[in-house]
Amino acid sequence: MISIQDLHIRLSDFSLGPLDLVIPESEFFVLMGPTGAGKTVLLEAIAGLLTVTRGHIFIHQKEVTYLPPEKRGIGIVYQDQALFPHLTVRNNIAYGLRYHPNRQDRSGESMDGLISLLNLSHLMDRFPGNLSGGEKQRVALARALAVRPGILLLDEPLSALDPNFKEEVRNALQTLHQHTQTTFMMVTHDFADALSLADRAAVIHNGRIEQVGQVNDIFQKPVSGFVADFVGMKNVFHVQRKGPKLFVGPLEIHLERPPAPAKAHIAVRPEDIVVHTDAFVSNSPNRFKGHVVRVLDQGFMYEVQIRVGEVNFKSLMTKPSLFESGIREGDEVFISIRPAAVHAF
Amino acid sequence: MISTAVKKQGPFFWFTVLCGSAVLAFILLPLTELLTAPSVGMLRETLEDPDVVRSIGLSMYTAGAAALISFLFGTPLAFLLARKRFRGKRLLESIIDLPIVIPHPVVGIAILSVAGKNHVLGQILHELGIRIMGSVTGIITVLTFVGLPFYINAVKDGFEGISPRLENVSRSLGASMFGTFFRITFPLAWRSMVIGFIMCSARAISEFGAVVIVAYHPMVAPVMIYERFEAYGLKYSQPVAVWLVLVCLVLFFVLRMLTLSRPKTP
Repeated sequence: MISIQDLHIRLSDFSLGPLDLVIPESEFFVLMGPTGAGKTVLLEAIAGLLTVTRGHIFIHQKEVTYLPPEKRGIGIVYQDQALFPHLTVRNNIAYGLRYHPNRQDRSGESMDGLISLLNLSHLMDRFPGNLSGGEKQRVALARALAVRPGILLLDEPLSALDPNFKEEVRNALQTLHQHTQTTFMMVTHDFADALSLADRAAVIHNGRIEQVGQVNDIFQKPVSGFVADFVGMKNVFHVQRKGPKLFVGPLEIHLERPPAPAKAHIAVRPEDIVVHTDAFVSNSPNRFKGHVVRVLDQGFMYEVQIRVGEVNFKSLMTKPSLFESGIREGDEVFISIRPAAVHAF
Repeated sequence: MISTAVKKQGPFFWFTVLCGSAVLAFILLPLTELLTAPSVGMLRETLEDPDVVRSIGLSMYTAGAAALISFLFGTPLAFLLARKRFRGKRLLESIIDLPIVIPHPVVGIAILSVAGKNHVLGQILHELGIRIMGSVTGIITVLTFVGLPFYINAVKDGFEGISPRLENVSRSLGASMFGTFFRITFPLAWRSMVIGFIMCSARAISEFGAVVIVAYHPMVAPVMIYERFEAYGLKYSQPVAVWLVLVCLVLFFVLRMLTLSRPKTP
């Protein structure tokens, strides 16, 4: 378990905090945020590689704020793997064992387990320079876990990998988390990684945590405009209240439940805005007529921008569904939004 | 056979080649002339002169000692400069580079003014029976002074080329900073240390201006070459110079080969 209380870190060009965070034992926790938000600073502070200006860090109820990194029992895996280039794979993995003599008996066994789990046995006598990206990352994971750390910190372990290696390492992470009692804390830019791996997540911005909670909640129910924007909620609107009713410009928007009075924004994920050519297809109370102003090719998907009066909506459509419906720029279309898909904050 | 690529080069390329050739000739011509001037007989005769052998030996020994002292004290400082950001770092780096820019006789005078009896340090050294003026200790002190920046800068560059993340990972696996240095940083940086050692001792072995002020005797090779030149002329100083150059070249060539030989890891 990691517990961070009122953490402040001041560096020459960046400051982090105040920051409070609790990550329960054996959880897979993901930290997301834009570049320069302080994700790596937070990881390195937990690992003891940076000096904390103020606040406390507890690992399994024991305060470690001023303990050197080697006394914390925290493993770290970097994006660039940081394998020791002058040591073989075997010596890389076994590097930490001499510092954990009481775990030696069992770790011989655990090392073999890790090596077979990560499918590394054929690579043991190679040097890191002769390994593929995915293999290097698997070695880095084995090396970190060989000493049985209570916590494993992963600094964007997947982002430097080719797509096929990425899948391989993502699967490895999933398997390892299931097979160990270790708490995983991973920094990532990729929402797919967060959704497929994590139990809970936090979004960090300018050195502070904007939102922490279940991964799905962060994607579906952001608590701020920043998080909504960050997680790809492309439809974020300021709302006006007229009695119990909510309006975006002239459009009345229906929610599943009436939101608390303090909420002044709504957000809808682009994939939750359904575009029809026929007005009668949907019976949602949120049905509007507009016209297509732009169709943007985004690789696997198309972003369709629809203008309804003064309001612009963005929807995502797959290529087949766009071609089947025959929607083109300038066409008159109907959009519908399920009340449950409208999130107020 | 000249390849078509070279034939097609424009006037600018030929201008760079011309300037490059001039530079090469400028370096190689005097050295070739020096090395070929004395006859084999003269070279052999010079080598039988115990004073010459002693002076070249002393040059090697003092320059080696200066490089060793630089290694012992300069390595931790180079590591600090490569790894830490702190206020006054630029100033510290400039101070380390000072011996490069100070005129050589001034270095000698500066060291003597600290080692003299008018200075506290000089008095302490005198009490301890350590003599700087006219002693091997004095020569080593001067050579360390002039060679240290070359060692520190080379090794600092070497440390900067090693990702601090390797050290971070090592510590997270349980190694102390000392353990990390000896198991990770040193094995990856030793080549830059050898290069620093070569740079430092090369600089030290060629020092004349500062040595001649602090210790004319015992005579290191550059001082002996100067003395022979002054007393007997060019012809008598050349063979000693040739032997010094040859010994230096062989030593540096061997060290360089050791450094450049491919590491086991790619």
